[in-house]
Parts: sequence; structure tokens; C-alpha cells
Amino acid sequence: MKKSLLGGLAASTAILFPMVASAQAEVQFWHAFTGRLGELVKAQVEEFNASQSDYVVVESHKGNYSETLNAGIAAFRAGEQPHILMVFEVGTATMMAAGGAVKPVHEVMAESGAEFDADAYIGAVKGYYTSTDGEMLSLPFNSSTPVLWVNRDAMQEAGVDPDTDLSTWQNVGAVLDQLKEGGEECGLVTAWQSWIHLENFSAYHDVPFATRDNGFAGLDTELALNGPAQVAHLTAMGEWARDGKFIYTGRRNEGGANFRAGECALFTESSAGYAGISSEAEFEFDVRPLPYWEGVGNAPQNTIIGGASLWVMSGHEDAEYKGVGEFLSFLSSSDVQASWHQNTGYLPITAEAGVATRAVGFYEQNPGTDVAVIQMTAKEPTANSKGLRLGSFDQIRGIIDEELEGIWAGDKTAQEAMDSAKERGDALLRRFEAANR
Amino acid sequence: MEKRVTFRGWWLPALLIAPQVLISAVFFFYPAGQAIWQSLFIPDPFGLSSQFVGLGNFEFLLSDKFYRASFVTTAVFSILVTLCSMIPALFLAVIADRLIKGSGVYRTLLIWPYAVAPAVAGVLWLFMFNTRVGVVSWYLGNLGYDWNHVLNGGEAMGLVVVASAWGRISYNFLFFFAALQAVPRSVIEAAAIDGARFWKRFWTIVLPLLSPTTFFLLVVNVVYSFFETFGVIHTITSGGPQQSTTILVYKVFSDGFVGQDLGSSSAQSVILLIVVGLLTVIQFKFVEKRVHY
Repeated sequence: MKKSLLGGLAASTAILFPMVASAQAEVQFWHAFTGRLGELVKAQVEEFNASQSDYVVVESHKGNYSETLNAGIAAFRAGEQPHILMVFEVGTATMMAAGGAVKPVHEVMAESGAEFDADAYIGAVKGYYTSTDGEMLSLPFNSSTPVLWVNRDAMQEAGVDPDTDLSTWQNVGAVLDQLKEGGEECGLVTAWQSWIHLENFSAYHDVPFATRDNGFAGLDTELALNGPAQVAHLTAMGEWARDGKFIYTGRRNEGGANFRAGECALFTESSAGYAGISSEAEFEFDVRPLPYWEGVGNAPQNTIIGGASLWVMSGHEDAEYKGVGEFLSFLSSSDVQASWHQNTGYLPITAEAGVATRAVGFYEQNPGTDVAVIQMTAKEPTANSKGLRLGSFDQIRGIIDEELEGIWAGDKTAQEAMDSAKERGDALLRRFEAANR
Repeated sequence: MEKRVTFRGWWLPALLIAPQVLISAVFFFYPAGQAIWQSLFIPDPFGLSSQFVGLGNFEFLLSDKFYRASFVTTAVFSILVTLCSMIPALFLAVIADRLIKGSGVYRTLLIWPYAVAPAVAGVLWLFMFNTRVGVVSWYLGNLGYDWNHVLNGGEAMGLVVVASAWGRISYNFLFFFAALQAVPRSVIEAAAIDGARFWKRFWTIVLPLLSPTTFFLLVVNVVYSFFETFGVIHTITSGGPQQSTTILVYKVFSDGFVGQDLGSSSAQSVILLIVVGLLTVIQFKFVEKRVHY
């Protein structure tokens, strides 16, 4: 049933492809960006198309991250797959396991002969998308990492010095008390709770989120998110939730609306929230590094990325792959990367792009935009902070969300919730292992 | 006494039922067969390989206590949606039936919500009850009630039930209204002459005469609440908080299209098929006995 449904879906989208003159090799590029980000992707594609006459890249938007991945999978099953598919970091393990469906980027680049240096990408980003033997499998595209956003006006109103040190959760806890005493109704709010308060939390404190190097070393990985460090953090968060100092608003980035409207003092959210916050906030705000628990693990280690990478799919002509190589080479060039970083608030994912951005004085004009970069690159990543590579991870995040809601509602202790998340998540990991044996 | 029209020969009847058989085969039997077949495998998402596991997918599902809990959630949800969509519809139909002037306007207005797609209805209700900007939650807050369906499972269930039942009231209204119009006036007038008041007449005459319609709507609404409420749940709660609004069909979606686990997803479709089949058989066997045609 599913197969025919997916096939039909793919077939119907295939009809919508714009027609292009046949002299040039055509490269299909499916992505998940709308709005401002969608326009920027379009501009990149247009610039590439105008720069040469052998290839034409055709970009199309296929819905949100999950929908884009589904569209790519459905299309592959129907034999209508695009050349380049954008896949969010959560889908990385799924793509890596699909050996026959993808053509590794290092192979594409070597065959096409286009100019490309995988080592230009910063370690924390590159590590996420390379195989265990160091070969780049997909091209990093947009990456961000969580930071702490501070509403300075709200702090001031509640009688808290806005320049208070917020680098540790111990300090944040004290500030939340002061904020509450000062009459602030929403001390702390968060987006993407699993990504920030478990996945990044674990990396930042150098404790495992899952065994087998967070899944990098094999499919037989198990979740380890019920460790003492994570449980202690979630217990503290649960107490803050009970006292009304941490307000839960939903599983995605619903909290962003509260923060941008000036209703909350502190907000843990992706560094890519910069575009939205800077354009909407009618108050003074700061970007601070994500807090850590002083004395827990090796904190602060480094945080990990969220975002997407570009996968090249198998089953196309050599001439077209040459075009793919040229396009990816263009995307990885320093100019393209630097302007992408400056326009979007995503991280500069090549070292050169970071240097170029600093050289033009961007960070002085936009204070705080380099906090995320420093936080991610200050230390060499360890086995616990290289990233995550777990199958069915989108769904495991759903399970984690459910269990976290149990803590915030006061129905479960942090230990109970995380034990249950591990048990349920492990069952999915075993199924993924079985499907990809 | 039964009247039956019979055809001579077989080709005309065969021709007449052919379109329906063809549609059922293409849109029902073929996909259902595929689902049953796929439920015996664990395939990888790209369809590159798959492993035969026999009834392994079913074992995996039925040993999962959250999946079993989802049956209870589904039962509660379906009963509530069916009740909340049928009782107000009947009430409105009775009132509209009594109107002499302007009933056309009321009818039209009452039918409107049916034109709203479930996902859109979900977004509408979500806006009204949004914990931050919702109109209703703001009024509730003024009354001293702290509405928070993102953490309170009961409130989340209430919200998805109301959002699912709302558009459905129109559909049910339409059927009840038509059925009410078909109740013979002479019977009601005779009862009125005998001194039966409105509600007495309603309980003893009108309601029994409506029973075929009520039964039909019961079956249709249960099926609706099982399958078509997906959009509402997806837009409002995504099955949360915790698992309080994860009904069976939502889990089919999330395992199949979020988890890419097509084996488990197919197995769930098969289980759902069996559950709804059983429910319909039960309804026809036991409830229909009380229906007077």
C-alpha cells in the first residue's frame, strides 16, 4: 500500500518539473527552504547557472525537512530521484545506511575533477557527515548550534543586572529566582528541547548520548541519555517548570514567539534564530554561549550542529554528475559560504568563510553572531561531541519529547522519564539495525 | 414480504456492478493486499532490501505497551467524537425543523463548517486555544483557569475532540434534517391531538423513526473518527502531550512517514483494518436489531 502511494506521489511531483533546454545537462536539487532562506538558495542557484553554460541546476522546494526526505525516498522508489537532496542532520544515519541509493560526495568530487577541499570545512561540521574512515559522504550546507538569548530589558525590569554572568546553569538558576522575585512571569523558555537539553547538553558536558560513540561506531548503539549528568539537568529543569520559572511551550520552536514578543527573559534556541529575533524584537538582546553545569563532565566541551547537508543520489548519467560536482564545488567556495553565513545566521562552515567574515568587520557590526562559532570550535571534538548518528532518530526525538513532557507536567521524575525514553528508543534502534543489516 | 427485481441473463448486472468492483479492486483490495504483504517484512526505507519476518512486526507491536495504550486512547477519542458530533447535530436539526421562516438561512450556515478541511479546522481551533495568543484561553485565564493543552493531556484530548467533531456536526445535521422532514406529519399530528407534548412526541415517535439514519451515522462517524481525524491531530498536538492523543491512525503515519518503518506501519494498517471490520460487524449484528426501518 505504502509503496504505491509513495510512487504515485513521486510521479505526480515529477510532472511539475520545469522544462529546460536539452543541450545542457540538468541537475535537480530538492531542498526544504521557504521564505528568506528559500530566496537565498534560489539566488545561489541562479548565480551558478549564470556563471557557466554546460549545466543547469533546477531547484525545487519539497516541504519541511521531514517532507523533503520523504519526497526523496518516495522518488527513489519510483526511479525519479533528484540528483541532490537536502537531508536534515537527523536523517543522516538513514542516508548513510542506504548504501545503494546514494553516491558519496567524495566520489562525485573525485570523478568530476571539480575543485574541492573537504578539509576546508571546520572539524565539528565535517565530522558529522564523514564516514568512519574519513571520507566525506554528504556536503555540509546549513549548520547551527544552540545558544542562550537574553532579553536585557526584561532582566532590567525585574531588577537583575543584564550583564550578570550566565555561563553556567548554577548562575542561571540563581538569576531565575531573582527574575521570579522581580515579577517576571516567564524566566526561561526553550525551543527544540531534545536537541538543546539532551543532545547538545551531552556533547557540551562530554558525556555519551548513546553508546558506540553516539552511533558513529556501529548500528548496535544504545541510548545513554539516562546518565546522571542528563538526569540532574532535567531534574533541575523540572523543578524550574514546577515553580513557573521555566515555561514549556511546545516541541518545536513555539517558544520563539514568546521570546520575540518580549514575554520571556531567557531563551535557549538555535544560533540561526538571529534573523527572526533581530528583525522582530523590540527590546535589547544579547547572544550568550549555552550555559553548562560547572563541575559536571568536561564542560564546556563543544556543542554540536543542527541543520542539513546535501546528498547526491545514485542512478544518474556521468555528465550530470559532473554538473553536480561543479555545483557543489561552487557552493563550498569561500565567497558563497561567507555571504550565506552573514545573511542567515547559520555558522560559517568553512574556516575561510569565518576568516573572511571577520575581516570585513561583520562581527563588530553584529555583536554576538560569533558566539556560536567560538562555542563550537573552541575545543577539538571528542567521541561524545562529534555528533550523533542514530537510525529512526526523528521518531526517537518524538519519544524523548513525550517523556520530557512527562517531567514538565510533574507526572514523572527525570530518571523515570529517561529510563523509559531509553527503553523505547532502543527498541527503534534495534528495528533500524534489523532493517539495515 | 420482500420485493425483488430480477435480471434475466448475467451480462447486464455484471456490467452495472463492474465500475464499483473495479474501483474497490484498485483503491481497496489491491492496496490492502499490499499492506498485508508488506506487514510480513522489515524493509529499508529506499526499498533496496527487505527481510521476511513473518508475524514479527505484529509481535513487536503487540508487545509495546504504548501501542496497546493507543487502543484505549482511540476508543475514548472515537466515542467522544461520535457523541459530540451526533448529539448537537440532532438537537440543531430538531430546532431547524421547527422553524417556519428562515430555515434555509440556518441550514446553509449550519452546513458551512463541513466545507472546512480537517487540517484547516485544526489550525483554527489551535489559534483559539493557543496558550499564548488564543482568544478562548485568554478568557479562560481571566476567569482564573490556566489553559495549557501542551502539557495537560485531558485538555489536549478535549481540544482535538471538539476540533474533529465540529465540522462533522454539519454532515450529521444534514442527514438528521432530511430524516426529520421524512417523518410523516400525520403521525405527529395524531399524537398532538391525543395531547402529547413536543418532547413526548420526540422521544416516542420521532426518535424511533430516525433510527435508520442514526444507525447509519453511527457507523459512518466511528469510521470517520478512526481514519479521517489525522489532520486535526497532526496540526494541533502531534499526538502529545506524552501520548495522550496518539490514536492508532496517527501512529501509522508517524511510524511510516516519520520513522520510515514501513513494515511496522503496514502491520498497523492491517490491525486497524481488522479492528474497524470487527466494529462494523458488531454494529450490524447487535445495534441494527434495534433499528426500525
